[in-house]
Amino acid sequence: MTTPTTIGTGHEGSIREQVTDYFHRLRSGDMGALPALGGFIVLSTLFSFLNPYFLTKLNFANLFTQAATLMMLAMALVFVILIGEIDLSAGVTSGVAMAVFVLLVNKMGVNWIIGVLVALLVGIAIGGFIGYFVAKVRVPSFVVTLGLFLGLQGLELVLLGDGGLFRIETPQILSIMNDNMPPWAGWVMLVIALAVSYGMGLWDRNRRKAAGVANRPAALLYAKLGAIAVGGGVVVAILNQNRAVSIVAIQGVPIVVPIALAILWIGTFVLDRTRFGRNLYAVGGNPEAARRAGIKITMVRLFAFVTCSTLAVVSGIFDASRIGSVDASAGKSIVLSGVAAAVVGGVSLFGGRGRLSHAAIGAFVIAIIDNGLGLLGLPSGVNFLVTGGVLILAATVDAVSRKRTGGSLR
Amino acid sequence: MDMPVIELTGVTKSFGPVDVLKGVGLSAYAGKVTALVGDNGAGKSTLIKGLAGVQPYDSGEIKFAGNVVNLHTPRDASLLGIEVVYQDLALCENLDIVQNMFLGREDMKHGTLYEGVMEREAAKTLQGLSVRTVKSVRQKVSSLSGGQRQTVAIARSVLRNAKLVILDEPTAALGVAQTEQVLHLVRRLADAGVAVIIISHNLVDIFKVADYISVLYLGQMVASLETTKTNNADVVGYITGSKTYIGDNS
Repeated sequence: MTTPTTIGTGHEGSIREQVTDYFHRLRSGDMGALPALGGFIVLSTLFSFLNPYFLTKLNFANLFTQAATLMMLAMALVFVILIGEIDLSAGVTSGVAMAVFVLLVNKMGVNWIIGVLVALLVGIAIGGFIGYFVAKVRVPSFVVTLGLFLGLQGLELVLLGDGGLFRIETPQILSIMNDNMPPWAGWVMLVIALAVSYGMGLWDRNRRKAAGVANRPAALLYAKLGAIAVGGGVVVAILNQNRAVSIVAIQGVPIVVPIALAILWIGTFVLDRTRFGRNLYAVGGNPEAARRAGIKITMVRLFAFVTCSTLAVVSGIFDASRIGSVDASAGKSIVLSGVAAAVVGGVSLFGGRGRLSHAAIGAFVIAIIDNGLGLLGLPSGVNFLVTGGVLILAATVDAVSRKRTGGSLR
Repeated sequence: MDMPVIELTGVTKSFGPVDVLKGVGLSAYAGKVTALVGDNGAGKSTLIKGLAGVQPYDSGEIKFAGNVVNLHTPRDASLLGIEVVYQDLALCENLDIVQNMFLGREDMKHGTLYEGVMEREAAKTLQGLSVRTVKSVRQKVSSLSGGQRQTVAIARSVLRNAKLVILDEPTAALGVAQTEQVLHLVRRLADAGVAVIIISHNLVDIFKVADYISVLYLGQMVASLETTKTNNADVVGYITGSKTYIGDNS
């Protein structure tokens, strides 16, 4: 045998080399959510110049609650987009689940926790239904979910009656979007986020050390923690100030923020560190290769749809909480915005590429367009035009960056 | 001669009215490279798919290390230690080398992927095969050349402690230098004690690397030859059917 040469793992080298490596990856077309982040910064700068109200504390907090529903739905959709499928019915799925929720809680007096659990079960059932037809029968997901998109709208009408509208009477549900945590709880949230990041970082480093492979310089971990501390600190500090225009104080981080963060973190954990997550990427990249590697691709597809529909119900809860009611058209119009958010954030519709955080950032971009243009008082037609333009721009940036380097379009 | 790692006898497979395999026999030995040749439509791919468990045979006996076995699913095959490196490679371009090499059998610890150990093992395997062209095991497969991809696919079968590795046209899409590298790799694989079956249309490659040559002609095994005791013209004759089988030299 000849002398073995060393094959690296990408974790070797000084900080400088790591940074060079990172830029090298960027140039090779692996830009992730960077274009979306850039768009986010450009748009917020633009809007803050155009409208003095945009940068106020109240609007800053509004952005979080406005983005939350879309962000949840976009994150839900990532699970099916990753395997190269689509769920057009995610929005109305959440609508049906919330219709079931209000009927149970308002009309039958069921405990709200049970109501939420049943709503989530409705999501699981619908996801299982889609998954069965897509994974087992192999009907294209576009068709199955388009059918459900129409059918479930009908179900909403049947459940709630024509023009039916039910007020959400559960204070706990209403407070998700409308109430804030006490200021100290915001800081506790930030400390927990830092502790979890630090713990995970240490855990990873120890495991790599135990396996005898190189670790990145520890300074990179501290830099990341520092960035979270500073960024998160600024956000919490702003949200903790009184943003009310009347005499009743409104301050604190909206309750939806820690919920959304927790789901984002758990989802990312599943995608990055579990076999299910790895299998999702594999099925999205090359289903035949995944099958030959012994992955049960039918089950992977099925669970992807179940996860999507279940998380979509969570977005439905957020939506109902924000609007304060559920009507027969709930969730009808949001689903394409969810897809747009994921794509703008850098999730590939071809499957196999993207992260939950990308979808979250994409949702913020879409939300900021909505928010900013709304403040400018432009007609809603302009809003749609700009959102559509940004979507096409995002997809183009992605396609061009890949083509330039000869990489695959996936 | 030693007991073959795999021994097929009287294997048949039909698709509707078409008999693709009409009672085929094939043996492969540990540490030896057996080339499977034949013209398009001779049944090479069907024979291989049966061994991989992707497309089970209709009838016939499969002996693995002397024991009769069933191959009904890809899992049956990989549990025995049969690995197939397909022509279209069956790699996920969006994943990196480590992720591809461990696809479907990741190392787990505390219910999560044990990346460190997988990285180490992947690097060790590639180094063991004297692979020099790969810079990092965390490179995405989409950034690799054809030869490098073939290398990763072969290394994956080594990593899985395969006893029998089947290579389907490993050099078909490669340039001269890359073909040379892959053939070297095939030889090293056999030298490590693995039974290798290689399918190729390129007789030059086959004479370079194979110990035995088995020729399929219209669903029948018409010749099993030792590479040293035959020549290019004979093999071509068997492949095209202009020469007929005259005795077993195994």
